[in-house]
Amino acid sequence: MAESRIGDIDASSQKFLRGKYAICGIGETSYRRGSDETTRALGTWAIRNAMADAGLNAGDIDGMLSYSGNDSTFSPFIAGDLGIRLNFYFDVHGGGSSIEGLIGIAMGVIEAGMCKTVAIFRAMNGYSQVRIGGTGARSAVPISGDQIHHRAYGWQSAGQMFAPTFLRHMYDYGTTPEQVAHVKVAHSKHASNNPKAYYKQRYTVEDVVNSRIICKPLHLLDCCVETDNATCIIVTSLDRARDGAQRAAVIQSVAGRVCKPRADMHYQHGPISTVAGHYAKDILWPNAGVGPDHIDVTGSYDAFTFTSMLQLEDYGFCKKGEGGGYVSSGIIDLGGGRPNNTSGGHLCEGYTHGMSMVIENVRQLRGEADDSCPIGRDGKRQHTYDHAEGGCRQVQGAELSANLGWAMPGTGSAMVMAKDHK
Amino acid sequence: MSVQGEYMGMMLTLDDLDHENIDFFRYCFEGDFRLQRGAKSGLLRYPPTTACPWTGERESQWVAVEGKGTVHSYAEVHHPIQPAFRDKVPYMVILADLDTQKGAPSEHEALRVAGNLVTADGEFAPPEMIMRVGIGTRLRMVFVTVADGFALPQWTIDEAAEQPESPWRYPQE
Repeated sequence: MAESRIGDIDASSQKFLRGKYAICGIGETSYRRGSDETTRALGTWAIRNAMADAGLNAGDIDGMLSYSGNDSTFSPFIAGDLGIRLNFYFDVHGGGSSIEGLIGIAMGVIEAGMCKTVAIFRAMNGYSQVRIGGTGARSAVPISGDQIHHRAYGWQSAGQMFAPTFLRHMYDYGTTPEQVAHVKVAHSKHASNNPKAYYKQRYTVEDVVNSRIICKPLHLLDCCVETDNATCIIVTSLDRARDGAQRAAVIQSVAGRVCKPRADMHYQHGPISTVAGHYAKDILWPNAGVGPDHIDVTGSYDAFTFTSMLQLEDYGFCKKGEGGGYVSSGIIDLGGGRPNNTSGGHLCEGYTHGMSMVIENVRQLRGEADDSCPIGRDGKRQHTYDHAEGGCRQVQGAELSANLGWAMPGTGSAMVMAKDHK
Repeated sequence: MSVQGEYMGMMLTLDDLDHENIDFFRYCFEGDFRLQRGAKSGLLRYPPTTACPWTGERESQWVAVEGKGTVHSYAEVHHPIQPAFRDKVPYMVILADLDTQKGAPSEHEALRVAGNLVTADGEFAPPEMIMRVGIGTRLRMVFVTVADGFALPQWTIDEAAEQPESPWRYPQE
């Protein structure tokens, strides 16, 4: 037998960075198909918007992080376009579940004295250049080595790779397609109150389960949208953030790319209906000093309806196996007890590899969801909290948010943020 | 020497440095399913890896393993992504728990081996065959040749085995 067992280590870190760093600025381009711009132009635009939001000049930013799947432009080019001289940058490989981890890295490098303020961006033409669904040029690349064990079997796209987890959850716990369809219903409801959303139409459970099957158990409407866009999040110390233009979103805890055992092929270690959140929660909640019951709004990554459901369950928002009941109970809807992805998320707003879900929660904690509510004389939105179609998107009294980032069943990241009351 | 072959229009390559995968697929070509067994842990592993996942030890031995198992879960693809699979839909990707080492070294672990559902002759399964297969179906391994010294393991229904009355399938057909 093995000498040591994997998965038994205490991975929780020290907690002294809780409440010490913050997101001071957010920015994005529009969510489109056919941007007719390079990722360099998109990235520059998103960072410029985030700097304007934060009230920062080029000289205030000295760190940059980005992530991509070789489908973006590297930081030095974009820094040049913005007149930023960098003291720190890294461009890393990654998709979903990168941003929460990179926010933790930004905190670490500022703590280490390497730089003071970090702009993190993701720029992508996810529809018109490198398609996120894996079709087009990405679908026909030569296959070698370790990839043969999946790609040669037509097991390549995200939906195909995750399907065994989703189906096994249905088998283990009796989760139904109709229950999970409620994720799309809720997120489409939220998107209808988001002027930026690519898809603003509201959908019913029947619409979802009657749409064509892509890869069982995924119907077309269980799958996210592909769009062209860039997004930016600026991280700095809470002290500096309080000198900025916006109310700070205070970072309470981060967990970055936490893996199930056997990250090389996670299906070897079950239960396969359990995802990485099962492990990440033991870092996230103790470091934040709060638990799921304290959270007002969630951003559980919705590459598919199932990914939101699985993560909410494994992070402890409901009992294990009851994710289907949780997402179909109304709690994740605007006006419910703990809405999820109030922007419409990746199912409806646009695809950003998780950036937009953090951006949305920053807006929620500021109390400034950019919906269609009127803007008052003070320049602030006068939220009505009427969540009818085309109406308000703001969660009343949002104090604490949780983002649950997804790379795949075996890997996830997470973050808790709090509203600042300075 | 690297090994290369065209399979359904896809170019599959094993670099000459990739000793573990070259060995694995060469045994498959010989109709002999073998997995690495760590010398220290005594545990088999899949897919081929450089070192033992339980001890980190590099020394291992290729051990013949019976190609029989049970469907643990699957993907059933109706909308193809890769061009090679355009005329194969619907097709199944199966994760099968091998009988060997199931539930070891811990309860939820197993050697979960991927493959498509194919006929006994190695052709992609027709829809009526797919309809018979779900979680719990008993399978046996067959091999499909890619090139000289290179075959892929695939799964077919084990017609000689006792099958569950109704294997679990996704409720919408």
